[in-house]
Amino acid sequence: LLRRLRQENPLKQGQITPTELCQKCLSLIKKTKFLNAYITVSEEVALKQAEESEKRYKNGQSLGDLDGIPVAVKDNFSTSGIETTCASNMLKGYIPPYNATVVQKLLDQGALLMGKTNLDEFAMGSGSTDGVFGPVKNPWSYSKQYREKRKQNPHSKNEDSDWLITGGSSGGSAAAVSAFTCYAALGSDTGGSTRNPAAHCGLVGFKPSYGLVSRHGLIPLVNSMDVPGILTRCVDDAAIVLGALAGPDPKDSTTVHDPINKPFMLPSLADVSKLCIGIPKEYLVPELSSEVRSLWSKAADLFESEGAKVLEVSLPHTSYSIVCYHVLCTSEVASNMARFDGLQYGHRCDIDVSTEAMYAATRREGFNDVVRGRILSGNFFLLKENYENYFVKAQKVRRLIANDFVNAFNSGVDVLLTPTTLSEAVPYLEFIKEDNRTRSAQDDIFTQAVNMAGLPAVSIPVALSNQGLPIGLQFIGRAFCDQQLLTVAKWFEKQVQFPVIQLQELMDDCSAVLENEKLASVSLKQ
Amino acid sequence: MAAPMLRWVGRGRLWTFARVDGGSCHRRGAPTGSTSNRIRGQSSVAQQPLYTTQKPRKGEHKWAAVVGLEIHAQISSNSKLFSGSQVRFSAPPNSLVSFFDASLPGTLPVLNRRCVEAAVMTGLALNCHINKKSLFDRKHYFYADLPAGYQITQQRLPIAVNGSLTYGVCAGKKQSQVIPKTVRIKQIQLEQDSGKSLHDDLRSQTLIDLNRAGVGLLEVVLEPDLSCGEEAAAAVRELQLILQALGTSQANMAEGQLRVDANISVHHPGEPLGVRTEVKNLNSIRFLAKAIDYEIQRQIDELENGGEILNETRSFHHQLGCTMSMRDKEGKQDYSLFSQEPTLFLSVAACPVGVPSPKCGVWLSIRPWLQCDASDDNELQELPVGFLLPSEARLTHRRDLAVRFMPEPNLPPLVLYDATSLPAGADPQQVINIDQIRETLPELPRVTRERLVQQYGMLLEHSFTLLNEVGLLEFFQNVIKETRAEPKKVTSWVLNTFLGYLKQQNLAVSESPVTPSALAELLDLLDSRTISSAAAKQVFEELWKGEGKTPGQIVSEKQLELMEDRGSLEQLCHSVMEAHPQVVMDLKEGNPRAINKLIGLVRKATQSRADPAMIKEILEKKLSS
Repeated sequence: LLRRLRQENPLKQGQITPTELCQKCLSLIKKTKFLNAYITVSEEVALKQAEESEKRYKNGQSLGDLDGIPVAVKDNFSTSGIETTCASNMLKGYIPPYNATVVQKLLDQGALLMGKTNLDEFAMGSGSTDGVFGPVKNPWSYSKQYREKRKQNPHSKNEDSDWLITGGSSGGSAAAVSAFTCYAALGSDTGGSTRNPAAHCGLVGFKPSYGLVSRHGLIPLVNSMDVPGILTRCVDDAAIVLGALAGPDPKDSTTVHDPINKPFMLPSLADVSKLCIGIPKEYLVPELSSEVRSLWSKAADLFESEGAKVLEVSLPHTSYSIVCYHVLCTSEVASNMARFDGLQYGHRCDIDVSTEAMYAATRREGFNDVVRGRILSGNFFLLKENYENYFVKAQKVRRLIANDFVNAFNSGVDVLLTPTTLSEAVPYLEFIKEDNRTRSAQDDIFTQAVNMAGLPAVSIPVALSNQGLPIGLQFIGRAFCDQQLLTVAKWFEKQVQFPVIQLQELMDDCSAVLENEKLASVSLKQ
Repeated sequence: MAAPMLRWVGRGRLWTFARVDGGSCHRRGAPTGSTSNRIRGQSSVAQQPLYTTQKPRKGEHKWAAVVGLEIHAQISSNSKLFSGSQVRFSAPPNSLVSFFDASLPGTLPVLNRRCVEAAVMTGLALNCHINKKSLFDRKHYFYADLPAGYQITQQRLPIAVNGSLTYGVCAGKKQSQVIPKTVRIKQIQLEQDSGKSLHDDLRSQTLIDLNRAGVGLLEVVLEPDLSCGEEAAAAVRELQLILQALGTSQANMAEGQLRVDANISVHHPGEPLGVRTEVKNLNSIRFLAKAIDYEIQRQIDELENGGEILNETRSFHHQLGCTMSMRDKEGKQDYSLFSQEPTLFLSVAACPVGVPSPKCGVWLSIRPWLQCDASDDNELQELPVGFLLPSEARLTHRRDLAVRFMPEPNLPPLVLYDATSLPAGADPQQVINIDQIRETLPELPRVTRERLVQQYGMLLEHSFTLLNEVGLLEFFQNVIKETRAEPKKVTSWVLNTFLGYLKQQNLAVSESPVTPSALAELLDLLDSRTISSAAAKQVFEELWKGEGKTPGQIVSEKQLELMEDRGSLEQLCHSVMEAHPQVVMDLKEGNPRAINKLIGLVRKATQSRADPAMIKEILEKKLSS
């Protein structure tokens, strides 16, 4: 497994050319098509980029760690000339004329764009099940680790329909990285959309500080909370990608201008004795599964045993967080979605009785129930008579929640340690028993407060559950102390030695295996 | 809040006036001057015009009108408020549209520094308090020419507040006296302009042009301190002059760079304010005054006849000279929809705006909407092609929808600095210093007028006229520069003769066939007594023909030099007296006025080249001898 791009980059060592690497990833994408991780595979673009990268390597002019490295991008980032759908009928066929800043920065570093990954429609969801292109399947459903556990379980039945969700809304990006079709993927994180699928897919899921990475070109869900997220297989890789993306963007006025430490080289912490880890007591909720709870507690013990100070801290307004998030999120959604009227781009209905009728029918046909529901509630909160009672109050609560974190950090805590999700990934059939809203409220419980406070947070895979599924824990850092946060995460990652997903069976089972393709999958896991 | 500010403005300053054709409130009511409007706490308005009903009965009710204005001035800038697209009038449709202007998903606003500076400068010139921190909001409504579904504006905390505008209205028998007035300015906010929609009834479609979408606007909100159309017109004219002097807006109403909405209500003095209506689409100062006065009278008549005023939006129909409910107007058009052929849609999915491509389908030119309005309506001077909508778009009038506000999350608070708060080592490109802008404020019209009165000894009203006519002041100053003639003479010639000719032929100063140098030379000839003033008029008339001759050439060609030769003049006088014995008889019989007839005859004979005083002297001498 190629984990550390900086030290073990096979391209740099000349073991493989960018084109070969690209082709291997493309063939893996084809083999894992049933995962539904990609909406669009940009094969031609990727091969052309690989060709150029190859020339650079030959001339000794490599652009850096990301040159020739296959990446995937969530389908809510604008990509010039490549369809960008947000998994919505509304944007089917929409081809942006420009690149999102983060996409452009990846390309400028020589990365190969393999394709656009699946998501919940307009990133509204926590399962990657509610997009117009269908749900994303969790690669761990097909892992050796999970299957062996299931064989031991006499109650397990029909395996094909028992596949697991990836979490969301950046489930496509998570599945793409987890199934080795790329090395890193961009997600977006508004309430946990990067960290949640990372936890369910055994990946590192990083949400940078708000303002550190440009949102220009990211089709917004909640402007004041959205952050481009990074999904990788290890912390160092996330740091490399962050190094490429971070920095002020003249096209995004909310990016910060203070000089940041670049590149994001992460020191290997030898000693955590000067660290203070905070454990927010409000995050110990009854719904938390016992396995996650015990891993959380073990992780705290680990820090303590290595000499770190572990403190219980209080974030007293945590219980108001989800409701507050709901009001602010839907209000901004209602506002952001107003532009989709079928006039200039995207879907337009056939009704031409009047402009209003055209608007209404276009929006009914273009948006799914979840999106329409959020628009409706958002507009309700923004009505003149409700504005003070809902929106303004929610903004005040948001301030209190942000202050909770400030107070915790002021008490001497360096990073907070929390669960990322309540439990491991659940089967799709289980997941869809609850509606999107209920699910989101449950699944975002540990993650969305961070977005309201604009803090950096990262989910790190810790261990496999009894069912053989990944469980992640979350570290939350001070605003703009992303590097410190990742340094701690890297130390933790090294301690826990999370197992690699074993997908040989999947690869063998799911394709009419050609000899060279078999080789391809093997060589990636050197 | 208002009181100290009004005191600050004070009286004794100089004001503007505007001449308004007809409908002046001063002619209609009996100004009592004694009724002050307590509700508005107004102290600076010298007289509140009061309206009486046309048929006074039941104890004579008097009405007072309350008028407030919202003025949108397009900021004069190279690029738009939040995007890099150019700002240009009458460019081909949809040719000045960036991805942000077309609201492509994922695009973000980036504030244009120039627009902020223009707002600060305008705020300072209007005596506003400049907020060191201001915020941007989204104002949501669905309209085809508002691509994002919201407009970015400054609702909660605008950039400038609590200012005042001093202006003057003319009064007196010949409208030659200037009465100073003050209107308070509630706020100035930065906001985006919308695109333009054109409704093509013939083809049952709407066309959208986004060139204007996102252009920076200054919305200047006046408190309802005005009481008639003439005051409103004068205030707007003064604001226009200030904006033009500052260079913050070209403020050309005909090009839509200055647009005014008026809120109007009537009430009995001392009673609560009445229900107000809003009159929109006022695109000239003359129509503004007319529309307001019409609407005031309409409301009075309505109330007098037992009707009630609806809180509604009305538009002014300039040909009928009346205001109409926009709802009624739209309703009427609604009926015709059924008889029209089906609408043609163009598919513009995934097509960059402004770039004609095969995907956009056919680009159509259309005929003007509603023929009767076409000649007057500035919005129709360009016949745009672009994106098509069904024609019923006009039914969704923006005010009829529930407007929702929300803070704009993509723009941080706008922070301004002054000398005391400027952080050390701040990048001058990244900060805006209010004090620095204050230093660059140019001379304001008020000061210019003061200077003209002092420097050239002209009457105040003359200084108003000089400023009110576009280009006239510059013309005047150029003449002054080149001539030896006295400023008073120049003033008189420019304001009477020159302006008179312009008005008669409905020309702008820039279209004048007479240049400042030519007039200066003419005045020199007059000043040196080379020609008589009558001859000068003749020369001027020749100059007006625009044949390229200099005054000197005209004088010598037409032999208009003053007759200095006393002998020949005596000769002429003699012949005239002989030819008109009856007039001479009259004179001798004790009708002294008859001499004027003789003088006139002699002058005619000299082709106005002789000094009338000399003629008179010779004639008198001859008659008495």
